[in-house]
Formats: sequence, C-alpha cells, structure tokens
Amino acid sequence: MENNEMSKTPTLDAVPEAKREYAGFLKNNMREYGMLLSLVAIMAFFQVMTDGTLMQPLNLTNLVLQNSYVVIMALGMLMVIVAGHIDLSVGSVVGFIGALAAVLMVNYEVNFILTTIICLIAGAAIGAAQGYWVAFFRIPSFIVTLAGMLVFKGLTLALLEGQSVGPFPRGFQLLSSGFIPEFFADTGSVRLTSLLVGVAAAAILLAVKVHGRSKQVKHGMEEEPALFFLLKNGLFAVAIIAFSYMMASYKGMPNVLIIMFALMVVYTFVTNRTTIGRRVYAVGGNEKAAKLSGIKTERVSFYTFVNMGMLAALAGLIFAARLNTATPKAGTGFELDVIAACFIGGASATGGVGKVMGAVIGAFIMGVMNNGMSIMGIGIDYQQVIKGLVLLAAVFFDVYNKNK
Amino acid sequence: MSTILEMRGIEKTFPGVKALNNVNLAVRTGEIHAVVGENGAGKSTLMKVLSGVYPHGTYSGDIVYQGQTREFKDIVDSESVGIIIIHQELALVPLLSITENLFLGNEQATGGVIDWEQSYAKAKELLAKVGLKDPPSTLITNLGVGKQQLIEIAKALSKEVELLILDEPTASLNESDSDALLELLLELKAQGISSILISHKLNEISKVADSITVLRDGATVDTFDCRKEAISEDRIIQNMVGREMADRYPKREPQIGETIFEVKQWRVHHPIHPERVVIKDIDFNVRKGEIVGIAGLMGAGRTELAKSIFGRAYGAKISGEVHLHGKKIDVSTIQKAINHGIAYVTEDRKGDGLVLDEDIKKNISLANLDAVSDKSVIDEAREFKVADDFRSKMRIRCSSVLQRVVNLSGGNQQKVVLSKWLFSNPEVLILDEPTRGIDVGAKFEIYTLISQLAAEGKCIIMISSEMPELLGMCDRIYVMNEGQFVGQFAAAEASQEKIMRAIVRNVKNGEQ
Repeated sequence: MENNEMSKTPTLDAVPEAKREYAGFLKNNMREYGMLLSLVAIMAFFQVMTDGTLMQPLNLTNLVLQNSYVVIMALGMLMVIVAGHIDLSVGSVVGFIGALAAVLMVNYEVNFILTTIICLIAGAAIGAAQGYWVAFFRIPSFIVTLAGMLVFKGLTLALLEGQSVGPFPRGFQLLSSGFIPEFFADTGSVRLTSLLVGVAAAAILLAVKVHGRSKQVKHGMEEEPALFFLLKNGLFAVAIIAFSYMMASYKGMPNVLIIMFALMVVYTFVTNRTTIGRRVYAVGGNEKAAKLSGIKTERVSFYTFVNMGMLAALAGLIFAARLNTATPKAGTGFELDVIAACFIGGASATGGVGKVMGAVIGAFIMGVMNNGMSIMGIGIDYQQVIKGLVLLAAVFFDVYNKNK
Repeated sequence: MSTILEMRGIEKTFPGVKALNNVNLAVRTGEIHAVVGENGAGKSTLMKVLSGVYPHGTYSGDIVYQGQTREFKDIVDSESVGIIIIHQELALVPLLSITENLFLGNEQATGGVIDWEQSYAKAKELLAKVGLKDPPSTLITNLGVGKQQLIEIAKALSKEVELLILDEPTASLNESDSDALLELLLELKAQGISSILISHKLNEISKVADSITVLRDGATVDTFDCRKEAISEDRIIQNMVGREMADRYPKREPQIGETIFEVKQWRVHHPIHPERVVIKDIDFNVRKGEIVGIAGLMGAGRTELAKSIFGRAYGAKISGEVHLHGKKIDVSTIQKAINHGIAYVTEDRKGDGLVLDEDIKKNISLANLDAVSDKSVIDEAREFKVADDFRSKMRIRCSSVLQRVVNLSGGNQQKVVLSKWLFSNPEVLILDEPTRGIDVGAKFEIYTLISQLAAEGKCIIMISSEMPELLGMCDRIYVMNEGQFVGQFAAAEASQEKIMRAIVRNVKNGEQ
C-alpha cells in the first residue's frame, strides 16, 4: 500500500508531456494492445509459414466457419467467468442440443425454425437448471457444471441411441453453410453486397467511436491519447474492409459471420454500457460489496448461466448444421477451447476482470493457431502442446504485469 | 544501557520514488520502542528493510545489530539472529491447530516424521508464556483475533526471539484484548526481549513505550525518550503530521430536530445457530441532524445490529419494527432499505465496501446505478460527472476518477465509500468504524465530512471502538454489550469511564 501511494509522485519530469502520456497509457492498457498485436503477429507468422495460404479467401472463410461456435460461446463464458464462475458443461450442451435438433427435425419432422426456437429455449433451461444450484445454493460452479458435463454427454448418447442422425433440411444447413444473398447482378469475381456490408460495418463502427470520443472530450473524461484512438480505430476499419473484400472475393459473407458479429456488438454494449453488465463485473469483483450495494447477486449469477446455456445451444445448432449431422461425439472438448479463449483474452480466474473483445481475440488466436498449424502439417499431438503453452504464456504475462 | 539495534542513514528507493530518506533508528536492549507516523510515512518499508524482506544491496545505510554490521539476505537470515516480525495481516493457517501453526516451517520432527508428543508439550509451554489456556489442538479458526495475535507472539517465542517487531498488533483488537497484548509486551520486556511497536493508537503507545521514534515522509523526525519526560499525545501528533493540530475533532453546533428514525423491539437470531439471540429487543432513535454513537467492546453486536437493520444483511428470524418519520417501513431487503434512504458504510472497507479492481467512478455509482442510466443503459458522461463532483466535494486525492480504487490510500478509499452512499441520497447513515486504519490527517477530514452531513439534517449513527472519537463527535451515545443497550449518555455527561462502567456493570449482572 505504502509503495503504491508513493509511486504516484511523478519523477519523470525530464520526459516530454506527450511521451509520458503515451507511456503511461500504454502501460495501463498493455494487455489490450498486446493482445491485438499478438493476434496480428501470429497471423503474420502463419501467413509466412504457410506460404500465404492462411490469408486466402477460401481459408479465411473456413477460419470463420470453424471458429464461429467457439467465439459465440466465449461471449457467454466471459460473462460467467467475470461473475466469478466457470461452466464446464458447454461442450456437452453443444452435443446435446445438436442431438435434440436432429431428433426433432429428422425423426419427428418438426419445422427447422420451430426446432431452432425449441433448442434455444432448451439451452436457456439447461443454463437455468445449473445456475440455480450455483447461484441460490452456492454449490461451486466447477462441481455443478462438471456434473452437467456428464449428464448432458450421457443424454446426448441416449437421445441419439449411439447413432449419428442426419441429414438436415436445406434451410437449417444455411445457418452454417449459407452466405448472404447477392443483390447486384453480375459483379464479376467480387460479391458487392458482402463488400458493402463490410464497408457499412466499418463506417458505423467509426461513427460510433468518434461520437463516443467527442462526448468524452466534452466532459474531459478521455483517457486514450488522440493518436492512439485514430490509429487503432483507423486500422480496425481498414482491417474490417480488407477482410470483407477477401470474403467477397470468395463466396461472400457467411450467415454465421453476421450472427457472430451482431452478437459481438450486443455483448460489448451489454458489458460496457448497461446496468446488468456493470453488475456482473461488480459481483465478480467483490460479491459482498455488490450485495451491500443493493445488487441481487444471486440473480446476476443465475442470469449469466441462463445466457451461457442459450449461447451454447446456438453454438450447438451451428455446429450441427455445419456437419449436417448430429453425432454423439459432437462438442467434446469445446469447453476447453472456450475457457482458454477467455483466459488468453485477459479474463481473471478470480472474477471481475475481462472484456468481450479480449475473449473474441483470444478465440481467434486459438483458431488461427489451429488452422495455421494444420496447414503446416503439424500433428494434432504437438498442436495441443503448443496451444497449452500459449495459454500458460498468456496468463503468465497477465500475472507478471499485475505484480510489476 | 546498551543498544541492540542501530539503523543508520537508511535510504530505500523504489522506481521513481524515495521511500526512505536518511532514517535513523536506535533501539536499546530490553526496551519497547514505538515507531509512529502517518500511513505512507515509511514505517512498514523500514521494517521490511530490517527483517530482510528487502535484502542487503537494495537499500543503502547500515544495520548494526548486537554490535555487528548485518547484511540480511532474507527473512530466514534475520530470524536466525532473533529478529522476528509479526505482520499486521496474521500469517496463521485457519484450519490447522494451534500446535501445527506454532511449529509451521519449524516442525518438531526427526527425519521428516513429526514428534507429536514433543510438539504438544512444547506448544503448551509456549501458550502458558503468552497466558493462553486453550488446548493446543484447538483450530485457529475457532479463536478470536485477540488470541490469534497472541499465538503469533508464541510462535515468535518458539524461535528464540530477541527483537520482536509488531506491525499494528492491536488494529483489529478490542480494548480488553489490546490490554492483554500490551501486558504481555511488558512481561516480555521484563524477560529482556526488546520490541519495536508500530501503532496508530497513541494512548497504547504512551502506556508501554520507553522510546518513540516519529517518521514522516520517509525520514526520521524525532526520537523521544519517555523515561526522561512525559510526552503528550498532541506533541507526537504534531510531529507526525508536521503541523499544529488545534483540535482533533471539528467544531460543530448541532441543530437537532424531531425524531426521524426509530428502531423498536429489534430482535435478531444468529444465522447459523438460530437458537442464539444476538440482538435482544433493542429500542433506539435518531433525530434530525443528530450524530448518535454506539459504543461497546468488540463482539457486543454493534455491526450485527447495523447489518440486520440494513435489509437483513445479517441474521435470521428478525423481529421488530423500523420507523421513518413516524411511519413503519419495510427494510426486508437491502434494495428496500436503500430506497427508504438508509445507507450502511461497512467496517471492512476492502472486504465489503469496494470493488477494488474497478475505478472510482464505477464504485461511486454502484449503489444507485439507476440514477445514471436510462432504461438500463448507463450514461457514462453523467456517471463521470457525478463521480467528478464527489471527487472535488469530498476532496478525494487521485489522478482522475478513472483511477482504480486499489491504488488509493485508506483515507481516500473511505471517501469513495462515503461518496457511494451519499450518491444513494440517504436520510439515515450508519457508519461502522468510519476511521479504521486511516491516518490522523485523513481522520480529521472524515470527521469534518460527518459533521457537514449532520448539519445538512441527516441522521448519523456512528459505530466505533475508539471511545475518544465517539466522545468527540457524537451528540448522544448508546452503550451496547452482549446484544443489548446497557446505557445512554448525552454528549455533555459522557466520559470513557462512564461508558466502561456501564459495560462492566452489565457484564457482572450477566454473571449473577
């Protein structure tokens, strides 16, 4: 404590104002920028190592399709982890929901839209069932969801009777393998609609950021130096447009990318700007203080699990649609990728800390590594070793930074 | 008399800041030497230098111990020559027994196999030395903080201590436990053990210390020899803060109005052992603009009373009524209590009061998020402005309200907690140990804020273990013991003796 108090005294008088501002800001936000830079560095590395295969439109599209369910679940997992819990059951829930959807559509010939709705509700109910024990009976989430993992893995087997069930109606498959329709006739090799969607997204993002920034400046509450702000968001916009151009030059934007992007925006907004988001952070940061501030902490924890269950169900549907069949093995081990994505993304294992963008970047770091190593022909054995070490290194970096 | 320890010209620099600047400390053999100073004055840093936490080479200056210049590499090194430090946060394992804790890292073992009989016998011997009669197999978690502190000392004795360093040993102890601990220090002194006592409680220091060294801003200000002359508390304080402190409490002219807040026949059972009654049919009231104190020993049930009123945050089978402006109100949940204008500032600032990892702004808005949001969407600009207004109004010292509260000093953290509750716009403020662990200068600021709030017409209930504080601030003082109110004094007629007498009388009656 004493040291902290004293280290506030500025002693870097010789350093020019602006430079010190940048240095201080970088130091406080090293994690965020570090994450982005490592993603870029990893992509560059594999781009070179795979002789440019990584960034080819076809491969980029695959990358999105392969990682969409991890990203979607990471959004929910982040909130669970920030609230101070963990959910080990999501992989099994993915399998179970896939099986449920398959049985409904194939065996009972239920309409695929109705099936989707039923499955999402089922996912929320599963989340509620687990969250109930965690939130209101204070059974550690590790144990409750470990039990859930076994239960739903077993139920998946029971539901499928050990068989694979498929194929699915065309409409359902589009959830995963479809692309947004092209409104312009004959545009050559580039799908104009997809490109325009990307440009629009970049423009909206920039507009929102600039608006927010101007509001901050008006109230004197801006933290990020202007240069960083421009650089970061400018690069981000360029990256989005470049990315959508690549997509557009193959088959266009996958439907799943649109869903994923929309969810990312919604969850960023919920965590940063809404009272429920704020309460999740407060509960994870200090549950007692949150409770004594009038927050219904049990209910907050409960809802994070309901939310997680629903997102796991969505991921289950997407995964099943992608394989076009439900198998008893589906979803096995997904929980590990999802949890690793959150921790690589800077979430704290003790709760209260973590960002949506961090988890998304974490998921993509894992995804790019999976994809890149596969192209390079590295065996699944060493892939796991490397991923494990990367996870450890990322968390070590966090802890090291915090103690410094 | 010979000198056991001399620290000469100690300087210690952290990146960018000089924490210790030419500190000199001389401790005579067999004396109790008090080291005082405001938070941040460098006391703990100095002790870390002495005990080898900051090894030789990371500081400059000399440590001469028992006539030899020493260069400690680590704690083991300093312990081997009999320098033992007991930190403010106790280093005991709660679910292990007294014996196991006493010999932790120093097990009575041959070839890795613990000799339980010997451990047990030795533990008993050590416990007797510190005046404890509990069986050595008792788990630490079943002992009070006072006894745990004594166990720490027993542990030090097991290591053949010659210079004992105690960092704020009585910070979380009640009066009788503190007295027992100070008695023990005097006894150890009689056996020839020297000690360094770091404390904020000046009355304790004047009771036991032979010398007092005052640190301020990382430098030695002065050393007093208490055996030559009596040193007044005011003189020490003056040295600590570097300025004259005309009065430790702000002057106030109470403007007391009608009764606003009333608690009737309040009865609370223990949450885990529901057959035990923790609060026994308490009645009390607070008038407009009044500061009402609740005095009592630790464990008297003051915090339990406050928390049970504040939305049943404590207890089971609660009965009784709470009235506001003469009307009965429902305080069955914390949210309802807040909505009725009740605020509770907890005694455990870091544990129950703040989300340490979050910034000042988010902590201030936490109890009243609705006021800075529209339809559940937070208006960040409004939130920032609210926080920034509190920053200037409460004089929270920080770089901006976007600074994380974990980096603030105790006094500033307390101001953040107070801001949070003022933002919930309360009519009744329950302050539980509002100045615990805060240095003298910041205390005065907190007192000033409290009197301002009373002047604005708020009802203030102040719980404190420091009787001078209650006497200096309150208009009326209730005395609590074992879950009941056993006395009530108007400010003019109250004194420490009267309050203690009320408690003692009740204890005796209870025994008959």
